[in-house]
Amino acid sequence: MEQQKNLEGYVGFANLPNQVYRKSVKRGFEFTLMVVGESGLGKSTLINSLFLTDLYSAEYPGPSHRIKKTVQVEQSKVLVKEGGVQLLLTIVDTPGFGDAVDNSNCWQPVIDHIDSKFEDYLNAESRVNRRQMPDNRVHCCLYFIAPSGHGLKPLDIEFMKRLHEKVNIIPLIAKADTMTPEECQQFKKQIMREIQEHKIKTYEFPETDDEEENKIVKKIKDRLPLAVVGSNTIIEVNGKRVRGRQYPWGVAEVENGEHCDFTILRNMLIRTHMQDLKDVTNNVHYENYRSRKLAAVTYNGADNNKNKGQLTKSPLAQMEEERRDHVAKMKKMEMEMEQVFEMKVKEKLQKLKDSEAELQRRHEQMKKNLEAQHKELEEKRRQFEEEKNNWEVQQRLVEQQKLDASRTLEKNKKKKIF
Amino acid sequence: MAATEIARQAGEGARAVPLSGHVGFDSMPDQLVNKSVNHGFCFNILCVGETGLGKSTLMDTLFNTKFEGDPTQHNQPGVQLKSNTYELQESNVRLKLTIVNSVGFGDQINKEDSYKPIVEFIDTQFEAYLQEELKIKRTLHSYHDTRVHACLYFISPTGHSLKSLDLVTMKKLDSKVNIIPIIAKSDAISKSELAKFKIKITSELVSNGVQIYQFPTDDETVAEINSTMNGHLPFAVVGSTEEVKIGNKMVKARQYPWGTVQVENENHCDFVKLREMLIRVNMEDLREQTHTRHYELYRRCKLEEMGFKDTDPDSKPFSLQETYEAKRNEFMGELQKKEEEMRQMFVQRVKEKEAELKEAEKELHEKFDRLKKLHQDEKKKLEDKKKSLDDELNIFKQKKTAAELLQSQAQQAGGSTTLKRDKERKNSGFL
Repeated sequence: MEQQKNLEGYVGFANLPNQVYRKSVKRGFEFTLMVVGESGLGKSTLINSLFLTDLYSAEYPGPSHRIKKTVQVEQSKVLVKEGGVQLLLTIVDTPGFGDAVDNSNCWQPVIDHIDSKFEDYLNAESRVNRRQMPDNRVHCCLYFIAPSGHGLKPLDIEFMKRLHEKVNIIPLIAKADTMTPEECQQFKKQIMREIQEHKIKTYEFPETDDEEENKIVKKIKDRLPLAVVGSNTIIEVNGKRVRGRQYPWGVAEVENGEHCDFTILRNMLIRTHMQDLKDVTNNVHYENYRSRKLAAVTYNGADNNKNKGQLTKSPLAQMEEERRDHVAKMKKMEMEMEQVFEMKVKEKLQKLKDSEAELQRRHEQMKKNLEAQHKELEEKRRQFEEEKNNWEVQQRLVEQQKLDASRTLEKNKKKKIF
Repeated sequence: MAATEIARQAGEGARAVPLSGHVGFDSMPDQLVNKSVNHGFCFNILCVGETGLGKSTLMDTLFNTKFEGDPTQHNQPGVQLKSNTYELQESNVRLKLTIVNSVGFGDQINKEDSYKPIVEFIDTQFEAYLQEELKIKRTLHSYHDTRVHACLYFISPTGHSLKSLDLVTMKKLDSKVNIIPIIAKSDAISKSELAKFKIKITSELVSNGVQIYQFPTDDETVAEINSTMNGHLPFAVVGSTEEVKIGNKMVKARQYPWGTVQVENENHCDFVKLREMLIRVNMEDLREQTHTRHYELYRRCKLEEMGFKDTDPDSKPFSLQETYEAKRNEFMGELQKKEEEMRQMFVQRVKEKEAELKEAEKELHEKFDRLKKLHQDEKKKLEDKKKSLDDELNIFKQKKTAAELLQSQAQQAGGSTTLKRDKERKNSGFL
């Protein structure tokens, strides 16, 4: 179908990337980052460090400063500009997470929030009149693990298991400056083991064709989960002003690769993989949500198992097919009913015919009977008539004889007298 | 810096915060670009124009390559669309180019329906995309987009005005695709005629309300060049794949006895302008317009046709679930109604037939009742006759018996008379 053609001269579509660049800058970018973890793990500080701004300040306090009785989900939107590029950054935080004595279901508000953003997007996408759809879906979730040094807590495992198929999870070891490099190494190994054991799918860096890039990616993979340190204060170290935490024994520098993995996190999250995080959210997590939602709507109540293979249709196409099936079913039903009807009619007609024939027969019988009787009667009458005639003739004869006899007697009598 | 769309959308909800250092998200456009380059680009061009206007040659010239196809004859029975897809690469950019050619356009005697296959083709591509978009399990990001991004409409170089076929066709297409009208084989028109021709064409398009594609002027980077070019529309082009030596270079040109028309000479024709605008500057915008304007319009019409609405009668917005559920309930209701109707029809038929048969049965019984009655009458008559015969018989018997009795009496009396006579003789003898 497609053929490879070689260009024999300048065409100009090599400029397409520039066109795309231009348009994307004009449009601006948006990104939603969620931070989850118990209070006091340095989440707000890390956000401020990542984005080099006072997102959380006295005026807009971070989650830890807002003591909540139950887990809330709160959004802050900020607009930041850099190098001609504008970014609308939404930070979603979850004050109260893991802080209660009984933390069962503390992940539910988080799940609900993510789902509601998916739902908003789905509704916007499905409208008849669609306008520009703002993308408020959660693109990345930074999960803060307390630096206990031992392993994941049950809450950590539970949370990640429930959310790994809804959002890109990047687990982080918070307050990494409380562990020595060896402890950190052990801790990381332990965590990765547990993550694999529980089949938790954290965000994976995509493979590229670029060898160089792949090498970098491999290096990062070896250092997962990233152990980070954040700071709001600038300290002078060796003549340089750096973000760091001042201890009596030295300064833990945030941006020093030997002190913690902060730089790796920032590079990965912001400078190289921000777009990929958005793409994975759109192409994988959102599509999963959507197909589950639409399947539920389409097969409302119907047996889901037998319909699993038909998910390649749209709900409307599904209805079309059901309609066709129904038409076929109705045709069959109609045919059957027609057959039954015909059969019954035939039966009845036959009965009627039989009954008619029977009545006819009886009538013929009776007629014959009657005719026979008629004949009989005729015969009898004839006989009678004949007999009667004979007898009458006889009687007349006798009468005549008598008359003759009496006349003779009379004659004789007269004769005698003389 | 002008407000971005995103910033506008965010509105009051977002506060601007200053950054105290280099964060690094200014690489976002690059990240996006890298992804699209890796993914590859795709572009679909539709060429509409009468046979022989040089559509294939122009495509070859524009894309500097020899595409498929032999020149078509004029004896096509109807308008057909032939499409071919090619993989091109320029530096590190891969482009999947689809060229669709209208074959036989303008060749028929009756051209009333000529535009139809073209409109159908465009709609079919929209439909395919819509179907993919509506699927439950979909793969939009790896879907090969076949929607037509640009339609080059080739105008015959008559030098006078647009043909009515052109106006009719462009009017039918302008809400479905980005139309870029070009004057084909413009080396047949002189410079002064060309200026007049362009003005005539533009005014005819305007007076007939035909919306042609305007190069966008909202982005400062390209606003100036785009607006200048908008003034040069329609582009008068010449295509050629043959090369002629001019000076010490080989250039694409057409050689005439009176001179050589150089394709890439902007004094000779607008080919370079077309290439700039179509490919180098606005290819991405053409794709965007197709997706956000033309496709959305198609989609909106299609969904409304199917009965989807965004708000219920009280103007409250529907959620997707509600919409689908409502549709589904409606659908189920319809099916049930159909079933019920069919059943009712059968019940009716059965009733009717039963009544018919009952009627027939009744008639039959009546007939036989009548016959029976006749028979009864006959029987009675017969009985009467029998009775009268019996009566006669009886009378006769009585008569006979009486007569016989008389006779026997007479005989007896006769005997006794004879006896008497004898006795009297005897007696008289004594006398």
